[in-house]
Amino acid sequence: MNAIPVPLSRASAWRPGLASNGAEVPRHSEVFAPASEGTGAALALAFAQDQLAIDERPWLWVQDKAALRLSGRPYRPGLPPALRHRLIHVAAKSPEDALFALEEGLRCRDLAFVIGELAGNPKALSFTASRRLSLATEKHGVPLWLVRLDARRDLGSARLRWEVRASPSAPPRWNGQAPGAPAWRAELFRARGHPPGEWILGEEGEGLVARVGGWPSTGLGRAGFGLGTTPAQAEPVEALAHG
Amino acid sequence: MSRRILAIWLVRLAIDRWRQNHQAREGQGADTTPLALIAETAHGPRIAAANAAWLEAGARPGMMLADARALCPMLATAPSDPAGDLAFLESVALWAQRWGPWSAMDPPDGLIVDITGAAHLFGGEARLLADARARLQARGLAARLAIAPTAGAAWALAHYGPDAAIFHPDDSLDELPVAALRLDPDILLLLRRLGLKQIGDLTGIGRDALARRFRTARAPAANPLVRLDQLLGRVPEPLLPVVAHHMPMVQRRLMEPIRHRALLDQVVGDLAADMARVLEGLGMGARRLELGMWKVDGEVLVRRLEMAAASRDAAHVAGLFSRKLDDLDAGFGIELVRLRSPWTEPLTLSQADLEKAAELHGTSLAACIDRLSVRLGADAVRRPVPHASHLPERAQRWQAPLAPEASSQGELAFHVRPLKLLDRAEPIAVLYASPDGLPRRFRWRGEVYEIARAEGPERIAPEWWRERGTTRLRDYYRIEDGEGRRYWIYRAGLAGDGRGGMPEWFLQGLCG
Repeated sequence: MNAIPVPLSRASAWRPGLASNGAEVPRHSEVFAPASEGTGAALALAFAQDQLAIDERPWLWVQDKAALRLSGRPYRPGLPPALRHRLIHVAAKSPEDALFALEEGLRCRDLAFVIGELAGNPKALSFTASRRLSLATEKHGVPLWLVRLDARRDLGSARLRWEVRASPSAPPRWNGQAPGAPAWRAELFRARGHPPGEWILGEEGEGLVARVGGWPSTGLGRAGFGLGTTPAQAEPVEALAHG
Repeated sequence: MSRRILAIWLVRLAIDRWRQNHQAREGQGADTTPLALIAETAHGPRIAAANAAWLEAGARPGMMLADARALCPMLATAPSDPAGDLAFLESVALWAQRWGPWSAMDPPDGLIVDITGAAHLFGGEARLLADARARLQARGLAARLAIAPTAGAAWALAHYGPDAAIFHPDDSLDELPVAALRLDPDILLLLRRLGLKQIGDLTGIGRDALARRFRTARAPAANPLVRLDQLLGRVPEPLLPVVAHHMPMVQRRLMEPIRHRALLDQVVGDLAADMARVLEGLGMGARRLELGMWKVDGEVLVRRLEMAAASRDAAHVAGLFSRKLDDLDAGFGIELVRLRSPWTEPLTLSQADLEKAAELHGTSLAACIDRLSVRLGADAVRRPVPHASHLPERAQRWQAPLAPEASSQGELAFHVRPLKLLDRAEPIAVLYASPDGLPRRFRWRGEVYEIARAEGPERIAPEWWRERGTTRLRDYYRIEDGEGRRYWIYRAGLAGDGRGGMPEWFLQGLCG
């Protein structure tokens, strides 16, 4: 909304592994995703594993009824192994209940992080409600990733706002015909302290990696894969400051 | 020193209890005419118990009411009450602890009291039996009593021995019938057909023969050898003692009936503080609380609360109850409020003020789950746990978030599973299929997907031990379309498997 482009140094660009390098990462993020894909929740989990040190505290996954119907329930055998035994799932009937559950979760010191899934643009999720969530995360330090399924980019106070959709995955090493490890095309369209940009994100080995362009679509395995793209060197496709 | 066990057989428990409820003494008033307590069975009403007048008339318990009516047309009947009898028996079992430190129920109509080392307080075992008989008679209960070193022997003597028998270690039980061994009716029938009528007949046969004959009978009531050993004290027979349970309770009688919410919240807060004080004295914390509110017009409103972990924090409890009082109809006013805690657990003196701490340091997990499940319902807050099944939708179950996870076999991760599973697999319309049967293009939720890559099939056969024989097998494929969207789809059945028409396709899971 600022008419003057803000000069942003490359050091402030978002990149995976930012939190482990000691940088301050905003704790309230929103991920906009299509409801017919599992990408929103998957990316939120990938962010959580990327940002947070491994501990044994449980985490909360709140879904409202519409999100549950459109995109299904968490499935324990498919969750990341480090997280699957610690999940506490809340099936809320309405968006109001889901917001209540999110706020209660953020106030709980025994939770590692909270993931919310809301479908559409419910009236209850106004700017005020969003601001309440931001304040609760900042006060108690529990990070929140709120997945918005099939939602417009409405007003919100999330510090990082992502738009994500699926991206063709890297072919696995032994069966080129099979789908590989998940990859996502993620656009950071609003952020405080980071310039917006677009990346292809994927889970590579232990952590989250970002790439420009996409995975090599042919060839066996990972020869030449990730050459020169350690997480710290990944660059956004377009590092444009939105005016 | 050997144990001494007192067995009490309340011979006519149901009838005695009915008579007490109707203030009739034995042989007087309502008891002079034939009376039967009847139980409804699958074949019509049957007589469960009958009074002396009716037994003299030639009836016996267990006969059909229609047959009994034919014998004695003026028979009066009343419904039997087995649950009430059991509750009464439990209270008598507690009362019977006057003769010994612990007692156990022996349903439907018996009691076992351990009087080891206690008989001298009554002046010997004979005097103890006389005291027990007098006290039971004063309560209007007909009883047969016996004292023996084991529960089995005491039971046998009470039911089949001489009245008020006292068994000494050198006495013999060989004269008692085999029915004194507490066996099932079909085993008794078998023994009678074998010509074994007395316990002495069994001891004459030899253990090997008995063990071979009843080698498949595991339950003690089906195996005469086990019962014989229990009778003689060769194997232990644990009994479940009845323990009096004290339920913490606080209440407030109100001078003026209250009709407004703010006052009620005040009263509930006071009660919660009282309850916290009571529980603190006991070193316990409440898991379940019941708030009863007596209204002026005679109705009682009850609100129940269950907590994920034991707590006695007054502000926390009052806050949880205040959410449950929203739909309360006070009517003309509430005059008595009572708070009880039916379920308590030990809780050491450590917990501080939850509400104030919550503002500063955040809530604990148990408090967070309490708040969530009070507003959203206990079914809304759950945790997935693995379950031993091949079928994907059965491979996980949901349980309470803080309940311990049952141990299970580690799953073998041969195949990748999707991140999310739809509650019901949704059918997809195959528009174009490749020769090997996998669709190349399909329609789901009004959108067309073009499959670029696929892995499969992973064949999962139906669980034949649980499902009907016509259930079809499933071939699962993990697919990715041209845009990178990843799904988990399956084909139900094969062409020509004889279990329905052409196989159908379903989309069940969304991968990350």
